[in-house]
Amino acid sequence: MGLKSNLHQLKEKYKGTKMAPAFNALHTFLYLPNETTHGGTHIKAADDLKRTMNTVIMALLPCLIYGMFNAGYQHYLALGDIEAAKGFFGSTFWTWDNLVIGMWKVLPLVIISYGVGLAVEFLFAVIKGHEVEEGYLVTGMLVPLIVPIDIPLWMLTVAVIFGVVIGKEVFGGTGMNILNPALTIRAFLFFAYPTWMSGDKVWVHGAVERDQLIAAGENLDAISGETILGAYAQNNAVVYDYWDMFWGLIPGSVGETSKFLIIIGALFLIFTKIGSWRIIVSTLIGALVMGLIFNGVVDAGWIGETNKFYGLMNVPFWQHLIIGSILFGAVYMATDPVTASQTNKGKWIYGFLIGFVSIMIRVFNPAYPEGVFLAILLMNVFAPTIDHYVVQANVKRRMKRLKVKTN
Amino acid sequence: MSKDIKIKKGLNIRLNGEAGKTLSKAPRSRTFVIRPSEFHLITPKLVVKEGAKLKAGDVIFYSKAEEKIKFVSPVSGIVQKIERGAKRVITEIVIEADQKDDYLDHGVASIVSMDENEIKNHLLATGCWPFIKQRPYDIIANPDIKPKAIFVSAFSTAPLAADFDFTLMGKEKELQAAVSAVSKLTDGVLNVGVGKNSKSIFEGLKDISVLTVTGIHPAGNVGTLINKLDPVNKGEVVWTISPQDLVVIGELLLTGKFNAERIVALSGSSVKNPKYYTTKIGSEVSTILYTSGLKEEHVRIIDGNVLSGNKITPKGHLGYYTNTVTVIPEGDDYEFFGWNKPIFNKLSVTRALTFSWLQPKKKYDLNTNTNGEHRAFVVTGSFEKVFPLDILPMQILKACKYEDLDEMEALGMYEVAPEDFALTEFICVSKQPHQDIIRKGLDLMYKEIG
Repeated sequence: MGLKSNLHQLKEKYKGTKMAPAFNALHTFLYLPNETTHGGTHIKAADDLKRTMNTVIMALLPCLIYGMFNAGYQHYLALGDIEAAKGFFGSTFWTWDNLVIGMWKVLPLVIISYGVGLAVEFLFAVIKGHEVEEGYLVTGMLVPLIVPIDIPLWMLTVAVIFGVVIGKEVFGGTGMNILNPALTIRAFLFFAYPTWMSGDKVWVHGAVERDQLIAAGENLDAISGETILGAYAQNNAVVYDYWDMFWGLIPGSVGETSKFLIIIGALFLIFTKIGSWRIIVSTLIGALVMGLIFNGVVDAGWIGETNKFYGLMNVPFWQHLIIGSILFGAVYMATDPVTASQTNKGKWIYGFLIGFVSIMIRVFNPAYPEGVFLAILLMNVFAPTIDHYVVQANVKRRMKRLKVKTN
Repeated sequence: MSKDIKIKKGLNIRLNGEAGKTLSKAPRSRTFVIRPSEFHLITPKLVVKEGAKLKAGDVIFYSKAEEKIKFVSPVSGIVQKIERGAKRVITEIVIEADQKDDYLDHGVASIVSMDENEIKNHLLATGCWPFIKQRPYDIIANPDIKPKAIFVSAFSTAPLAADFDFTLMGKEKELQAAVSAVSKLTDGVLNVGVGKNSKSIFEGLKDISVLTVTGIHPAGNVGTLINKLDPVNKGEVVWTISPQDLVVIGELLLTGKFNAERIVALSGSSVKNPKYYTTKIGSEVSTILYTSGLKEEHVRIIDGNVLSGNKITPKGHLGYYTNTVTVIPEGDDYEFFGWNKPIFNKLSVTRALTFSWLQPKKKYDLNTNTNGEHRAFVVTGSFEKVFPLDILPMQILKACKYEDLDEMEALGMYEVAPEDFALTEFICVSKQPHQDIIRKGLDLMYKEIG
């Protein structure tokens, strides 16, 4: 009882001051506020925005934990210290050594993402006098999962500040932004520091460092951390089998490799009614359709094996779902309710186009063979347009009703 | 020939404290209060002064904009006090009842021989007009515009609301008189929505078209009926009347007396003995609160149902339009980690560690806590699941917030009333005041378009 009443007194003390939003953010983290209804409905349902966001974080946690183990696993595997794990429960995967590397590399990313992002949020809340809104809770968890493991922390810091300020705060904060903040952060990194965001060296911890050592004249083998998409884009042989891709025993951004855990997260989000199943399903349909079209092009013999697009076009259409980050994007990124289409019909179109465009970029842009985040950002921009036409359909129905009457 | 309406989108909010089907006479109230704020957008012009002696049915004030619309006293007595608020706006007119029940006699009306205008003038003169509301704008009907149809909902689906099948029992004569008269005021029909599984008193009446309604709340909202049967287009007007007000109108036509008596449900989880009472418009709620008893001190007393009613104090009075008084616990306490721990004792439409989906029939003791802070709209797609009207709820709310009149009109603002947005407000994770947003939007449209 002591803590509750002490905090209440502090809240009264800060009321009306500049620091009130900052204090309230911390206070409401501990306690559901004592606010009551005034007019309107006198009772309210149990869910608030914090609970909604928290549910998404819960769906992301398995990906984060898996990402930590995978960081160590990929590192030791590339060094040749361990055998490849067989399947999800492989004995060389869930090891203490792997986790230590993962924690050492991934936790700083999480701390930077949350620390810097929330600092910016608090600052804006205090300056503008609005409450600290919960949107960043999810963004802060997404960011470490969609960057390469070895990204320098200062780059991440710069990107997070950019993403939160330009991606969100300039529009007025959570609920007002046009672009997904996490993807804005990734886009910033991608275009500002491309050497750290693509290629075949950044996805496995230690690969870049090893290259620098070799360049300095040391007699060592280079670590290859080529992703599957990279291999296809270069028309190289892919060394992983489908089960590796499905379980996630492959190099990639920190949290997006395990399709198995993403599917579990997706089912959780759909079951809790927090994530939009319409967007998830339609994104996957869009991706499959584009994949089928490319397969058709190959089957028709329109392009030869020497064509630089052949490798990716020839990927069986269903395989597109388990390589790259299309699944992660569909489940956690495209479904962001603020930047997605807001009408139910619009969500189908929006998701379909994300999937469609993702695979198109993936195939036609072999230098940076992942297009999911670009496709989602593109559709973020078009989401209001899609909604406009859906809304117009409703408006037209109303106009028609009037016309029928007056004729 | 009855028509069927089936409502699938919505939410039944099951609460503890449903009024038992027993009826008592409420103790006589010492004072009665009329609050002009209940008559939305009406500026009262008083015709009585403090100390004036009144009979039941005597005019207290009329509308400044439309002098024909008169408001009358529910009881006989003396005008004790006229309370004024900021800018000298009249907030309350307090009448001290003389306990004699003297009625002003308007004479028996011969409904059959009266024509449209005679009925209209009779209702205006006797103070019955304020019972008739209109859409668009959800305000007291403009007597100069003929409605295309009139709607009555005698199906109560709101949480803990009075059951019309019970409160209207034995009122066939009054209701028949009222509907026969009122139906003359439209070229269209007088539609009455009744629950399919109940035996409604309306089913035996003449001069109406009965709509059989099934489904979950808001199936009983009159706005839902209108939208499903005959939506309001631009330039059209429909009227709505509550069944309990039809009883008052009917009795006036039959006897010539404005009898403000009505049956009110006292319900809610804080009430010891929730049941029905016979009382009068404007009476002190304490008369029934103390008869039934309260379980706790710190309560919210609501004049109306928990979704759309008004907050009143224990010294407050029954509203002009209400037939339900609900008492629930106040929720002004903190809850440790209330935002992330699993919740079993509150209602939710999601499954985000909220477990109300496990027991769909469970009844809840909900309090007035907002369960979270006010935020910008974030979540999409959830309102549509509880909103049966062919209107895009979030888009129209946003249009109201940024005051785009063209868009509001295009999205269907003429069709809605604040209470249609009660369920979306209940489930809103951003805790936005939907009904207030819609009310302000309607007021803006009324002011700009009229």
